[in-house]
Amino acid sequence: MVAYLDNSATTALCKTAREKTVEAITEYYGNPSSLHSVGTAAQKQLDGARAAVAASLSCEPEEIVFTNSGTLANNAAIFGAAYALRRRGNRIVTTCVEHPSVSECMQKLEKEGFEVVYLKVDRSGRIDRQELMQAVNSKTILVSMMFVNNEVGSVMPVELIKSAVRKANAPALIHCDAVQGYGKLPVKPSRLGVDLLSASGHKVHGPKGVGFLYVRKGVRLVPYILGGNQEGKIYSGTQPMPAIMGLWGAVEEFPNLAEQFEHAKLLRDYFVSEAKKIGGIEINSGEDAVPYIINISLPGHPSQTVLNFLSDRGIYVSGGSACSKGHRSKVLTAMGLPPERIDSALRISLSRLTTKADIDMLLCGLESATEQLRRKM
Amino acid sequence: MKEVILIKNGELALKGLNRRTFEDVMIKNMRRRLADLGEFTFTPAQSTIKVEGPDGADLDEAVERVSRVFGIAGFSRALKLEKNFDLVLENAGRYLEQQLLEAETFKVVAKRSDKKFPFDSPQICLALGERLLDEFPHLTVDVHNPEITVMVEVRDHDIFVHANQLKGAGGMPVGTAGRAALMVSGGIDSPVAGWMMAKRGVELTAIHFASPPYTSERAEQKVHDLLGKVARYAGRIELSVVPFTEIQEQIRDKCPEDLFTIIMRRLMVLCAERIAKHSGCGALITGESLGQVASQTLGAIACTDAAATMPMFRPLIGMDKDEIIAISRKIDTFEISILPFEDCCTVFTPRHPRTRPKIADVEAAEAKLDIESLVERAVAETRKIYIS
Repeated sequence: MVAYLDNSATTALCKTAREKTVEAITEYYGNPSSLHSVGTAAQKQLDGARAAVAASLSCEPEEIVFTNSGTLANNAAIFGAAYALRRRGNRIVTTCVEHPSVSECMQKLEKEGFEVVYLKVDRSGRIDRQELMQAVNSKTILVSMMFVNNEVGSVMPVELIKSAVRKANAPALIHCDAVQGYGKLPVKPSRLGVDLLSASGHKVHGPKGVGFLYVRKGVRLVPYILGGNQEGKIYSGTQPMPAIMGLWGAVEEFPNLAEQFEHAKLLRDYFVSEAKKIGGIEINSGEDAVPYIINISLPGHPSQTVLNFLSDRGIYVSGGSACSKGHRSKVLTAMGLPPERIDSALRISLSRLTTKADIDMLLCGLESATEQLRRKM
Repeated sequence: MKEVILIKNGELALKGLNRRTFEDVMIKNMRRRLADLGEFTFTPAQSTIKVEGPDGADLDEAVERVSRVFGIAGFSRALKLEKNFDLVLENAGRYLEQQLLEAETFKVVAKRSDKKFPFDSPQICLALGERLLDEFPHLTVDVHNPEITVMVEVRDHDIFVHANQLKGAGGMPVGTAGRAALMVSGGIDSPVAGWMMAKRGVELTAIHFASPPYTSERAEQKVHDLLGKVARYAGRIELSVVPFTEIQEQIRDKCPEDLFTIIMRRLMVLCAERIAKHSGCGALITGESLGQVASQTLGAIACTDAAATMPMFRPLIGMDKDEIIAISRKIDTFEISILPFEDCCTVFTPRHPRTRPKIADVEAAEAKLDIESLVERAVAETRKIYIS
């Protein structure tokens, strides 16, 4: 028996996604851009996938741009928006806890002369609403904020950005990295008030190799990848049909999000109350974080050690910080946690397939770990 | 008409009566290294070994691999021609086209070991020089300091044409200086230390200590990958992976924190020596460099040495970190070494390690451990893996 509790890293492929992927590989080998009937058949499938993804966001199919990953969607959005609006201003506002596929883009833009403002977070990984309002000025051309933080699960006030932009009378486009929110919380770009929104296939029981960018109608981006002008010229390249159709299958299997949320919340609350009984376990995620991500620490035990210990017992979690040697988690550091908590952090992440038995296995493994493992000096 | 590799022995030429033996070992090493590229022949003559592959063999890859065989001072890719001077005139320019196009100056040098060949050296130089000047009008002759020296070697059976000689890996053929066991953690230093000893003709075996769950599978994989890079120079390496968790936990539980590292290293040496003896090794090799960390002070090294009966080689002892890094980049181990996985040396690091440990204190602390049975168990459960 195994307990896979690393669903924020990736998820297992669900049945419909698998079937659709196989269908694409075996039957729809055509290039959707080809004009003959083999190509047309593939184009129809591509349209179907686009419509399904659009429906999951309550947006128009033409507003979906398929990419090869969430990272590429983030890159396409950030560079595309920054370059499109560079003549109207120089300021970009983001947070200090973004995923590297956003923060690395920001660092590059800084080198190119953009002024990037990084919003701080509190002990629970949330950003200050006042600070957001103040950070956006009339020269702001882009605000990029993640929906759900990938390490601690904190939910960001994305829906407030629009007011900040209006109040400052800024030309800014609003981008949201929703990779950890899509398929878990209701993600409606129109309600969030965003112009651009990225997500990924393999975090929602779809295949690897596909992501998408929502681009609100009327928004103009500078193309990110140049080539045959596929995907509204924003993201050229022949579409990865097997992965796109797999994503379609995954979306079709989306459960009722409210029920799924309740299920995850019960498991999270159960875990937290039992973990307290074991002792030696600290919870780093805030109480209002999404229940799908639980960040914990076992002070005195390096993340990698506990991760290996659990892995040997068929329990798979992820190190809250990448690793021991100097690569401390940026997110936990920004939250102001002490070093011994950062170095011993673990991320437990759930999906709709997670069961109470998985959580029991984890609790059992953590209890053994605290008893058997020797502490750091 | 065919391309071959001409090998120039390095120090081997100096070894007098042993020369044949050294040359044989070097050829054996090359043969192994090239085996999967087809059946190559190795023909020694004077101070050169001619390496010739079957038709269609991947000579680029063969050259790449030969450049990493120790004992070779220099080598060249050469065009092998029948003994007809017209063929030389016709083909030399085309064969060396790229190099001649990139150069401004050249000269031709002829070596005629077959004195019956109808053209003597000056004639060869003059005729080929003229021909090349015709074909490459941008070139000028410079006999003192040419960018390219076009060599024509007239031997008993063939003529070889080649340009500047390339530098070989140098050193001595692996296997001519006995066997030794490299203690390898996964850091930057130990692969470099192994490479340096292999360069002096030592055949390597390797010993790695794994402490799951404190160290991960990835940490061990990293050691496999590092040794794979070293094996491109040193040939196949036998790796022993010693389970070290119990020993580390016992030291953690029973010994003073500030002596942890030194006691751990002494136990590593005890385990390593048993395994090394069993593999027919005459020495241990470590990547220690004096003063680099607390366990590499003079006092600490003396304590480690006291646990060993075999000689311990520390080829990096007087090197600075940047010198070591330069070699690790050259042998392509650096990028693997810096992957951030915990290894057995970093698992339990004392906050304030003792830099001047006294051997009496260390031995007193060790008395709390049942060293014999700990070492015996670890050695008995050691796994062997072969890396090439």
